Amino acid sequence: MELPKADARVIARKAQIVARLRAVLPADAVIDAPEETRAYECDALSAYRCPPLAVVLPRSIAEVAAALKVCHEERVPVVPRGAGTSLAGGSMPTEDAIVLGLARMSAVLETDYENRFIRVEAGRTNLSVTGAVEAEGFFYAPDPSSQLACAISGNIAMNSGGAHCLKYGVTTNNLLGVTLVTMAGEVVEIGGPWSDAGGLDLLALVCGSEGQLGVVTEAVLRILPKPEGARPVLIGFSSNEIAGACVADIIRAGILPVAIEFMDRPCIEATEAFCHAGYPDCEALLIVECEGAPAEIDEQLGLVRQIAMRHDPVEFREARDGDEAARIWLGRKSAFGAMGQINDYMCLDGTIPVSSLPQVLRRIGELSEEYGLKVANVFHAGDGNMHPLILYNANEPGQQELCEALGAEILKLCVEMGGCLTGEHGVGIEKRDLMGVQFTAADLEAQMRVKDVFDPAWLLNPVKVFPLAASATRRAG
Amino acid sequence: MKIETEEQLAEAIRTAEGPVRIVGGGTRPVGQAAGTPLQVAISGIRLYEPGALTLVAGAGTPLAEIEAAVAAEGQRLPFEPAHWVAALGQGGESTIGGVVAANVSGPRRVQAGACRDSLIGVRFVDGRGEILKNGGRVMKNVTGYDLTKLMAGSWGTLGVLSEVAFKLLPAATSQATLVIDLPSDAAQPALAAALGSPFDVSGAGWLPGVGAIVRIEGLADSVAYRADRLVSLLAPFGAVRIEREGSAQLWADLRDLAPFAGKPGDLWRFSVKPSEAPALVARLGGKVMLDWGGGLIWALLPEGTDARAMAAPYTGHATCLRGAAPAFEPEPAPVAALSRALRAQFDPRGILNPGRMG
Repeated sequence: MELPKADARVIARKAQIVARLRAVLPADAVIDAPEETRAYECDALSAYRCPPLAVVLPRSIAEVAAALKVCHEERVPVVPRGAGTSLAGGSMPTEDAIVLGLARMSAVLETDYENRFIRVEAGRTNLSVTGAVEAEGFFYAPDPSSQLACAISGNIAMNSGGAHCLKYGVTTNNLLGVTLVTMAGEVVEIGGPWSDAGGLDLLALVCGSEGQLGVVTEAVLRILPKPEGARPVLIGFSSNEIAGACVADIIRAGILPVAIEFMDRPCIEATEAFCHAGYPDCEALLIVECEGAPAEIDEQLGLVRQIAMRHDPVEFREARDGDEAARIWLGRKSAFGAMGQINDYMCLDGTIPVSSLPQVLRRIGELSEEYGLKVANVFHAGDGNMHPLILYNANEPGQQELCEALGAEILKLCVEMGGCLTGEHGVGIEKRDLMGVQFTAADLEAQMRVKDVFDPAWLLNPVKVFPLAASATRRAG
Repeated sequence: MKIETEEQLAEAIRTAEGPVRIVGGGTRPVGQAAGTPLQVAISGIRLYEPGALTLVAGAGTPLAEIEAAVAAEGQRLPFEPAHWVAALGQGGESTIGGVVAANVSGPRRVQAGACRDSLIGVRFVDGRGEILKNGGRVMKNVTGYDLTKLMAGSWGTLGVLSEVAFKLLPAATSQATLVIDLPSDAAQPALAAALGSPFDVSGAGWLPGVGAIVRIEGLADSVAYRADRLVSLLAPFGAVRIEREGSAQLWADLRDLAPFAGKPGDLWRFSVKPSEAPALVARLGGKVMLDWGGGLIWALLPEGTDARAMAAPYTGHATCLRGAAPAFEPEPAPVAALSRALRAQFDPRGILNPGRMG
């Protein structure tokens, strides 16, 4: 992964830039001592890191706007940061960039149960949005694995998903409005607590734009009434193909589970060793979860059982109580942690058409042998969003590069099969240079023209998303 | 000019010497647009995978053809697109590209999202005559900016759609509607109570001559269970009855604005914060329908009515579907500036449906 040469003119003016920021922000809102900016050198894609020029931590929209105005006038790149949990390097800085962190903006501004929305400052964590409304029986649906830590601002930047989006959609389907501060420091209100207004859908552009169009400081989010209950079943199979066929049959039968999760043998074995969830010894397993009142869940899971039985499962395990349900989820929820215990790993995020699942898993197996690196698969099967985990040893010279090369091959495979490079993590720096695999030069140009509108000087998170060569002339502007 | 391939479309736009007025089935003539008519007849279902809940079709494919194809597999377009032919007094046959360009969503929007939420990919030709794609045929995709959703509801002012891809949902095997005898300006609190319940309501509106209506869909036992629970929940608002056989027709009537068909007057659509519905309906008076729990108000008003002034104040947007008033709500200056600049990027010559969105 390559970073462009930092702008020496900006670095040379560091003292002046920091002084100007201090002049418009409270003393504790500007950090520039190297030992204090260290925490901002990377996000959850920790293989890549770089110290920023400085960090600003504003407490209000006015402070965000003031900071951005200074940076705009000084032509300093700005990297917005929520909680720093990006798996794609979305909030990784460059040496000449200011990190603008939203961690101090986390208040709940308005809850409206009659109209079913909540308005929050965008630095608030995902799970604490649900926390603010659950006493009234509501929740915020998108549930990325990092939901305890990740911020709504980052969810909006990456259009984050989660395990339950087969039924509830991803961030963009649950976002009603934002307050956006542009790079020039202008405050723009987009959308609000109504549906499908008349003009162009700017909200759709902002969501998933990876912090390149503006800094989202507040968000209006749709909240939903919590279902009466939910219950999973676990189904073990003797091959990936059979598990894949079972997924397609469940979907075709007209059942809409809230989640269908898939794990293959390497993943099952690693999580078993790590957390002893008691998973069956099999090639592939599915966790299927349905929602509703107990009798409604029985009705749906009864159908799932009928379908699964046609595929001769190694095991069909039902949860008789909350403890058993928790044990079914335990291994899946521990999968990433389990992998981290035994190895370094790189988590991919491509999506494929569900129908090509067996073929893709077979090809990943072949690639894994060719490269001599183990790959464990865990993913959201209902929507085709895969998370192959490539296991490697970061301390061994050459392994990181080998791992990246294998990752690129797998993502190219996803695109070839009619899928895409990233289903929910975002492009960031990680997949930036693969964008040409999925898009033509004209497709990318059309997207970059959108950035031209919001950020003509290309100062917001400029080295992300687009291949460096494609964005070079704009960034030089 | 009638266009049957994407290449023809690109050529027609590249060589256009002046404004073009883009037409699918011509069933949604909203807003003013001048220019040479350009009829997109790029038709046919390209790919339909029932096991993956996805469908790809040419933008000129008739909506009815798509609805029939997915119904044959026990599936449906989640957003329940409306047919406006009767209400707007137009001939023609709605195309899927027109549905997307207008982002038309019916009653199920409260549960399954809008047209734009089901749209997972597009191919289109921009104002330069360049063929572009965005999104794809998978339902989870965050690769690059979301121009797919931007195209929904852009009324052909950013590009001309040639192909659209959707995620689908299984069609429900059973449904029921709870009918509550309430006047239009008293319906919203009951609808809010239903939508705020855990009973997975898939429609919440008000129909003239019927009352407040709440729909539930799904497996038969589950529908029966939820209907019972909702009857208890809604009892404080008025007498509640359960409609089964007539359920689907009620929602077709609301979706297609059947009570307004063939009636003279200006047709308005208000998208507002639902709790504002009672006051807004009282100010508008007369012929209204409610959908989306009160968040969508349809009004048939005497010709020439300044409905925006009449309804004010409201939090949201008013659109004039038929009438002399400006079709779209004026936007706040910063938003309008961004929209203008985007149009200039996608259509630098300003030839695509100029004036359509104001």
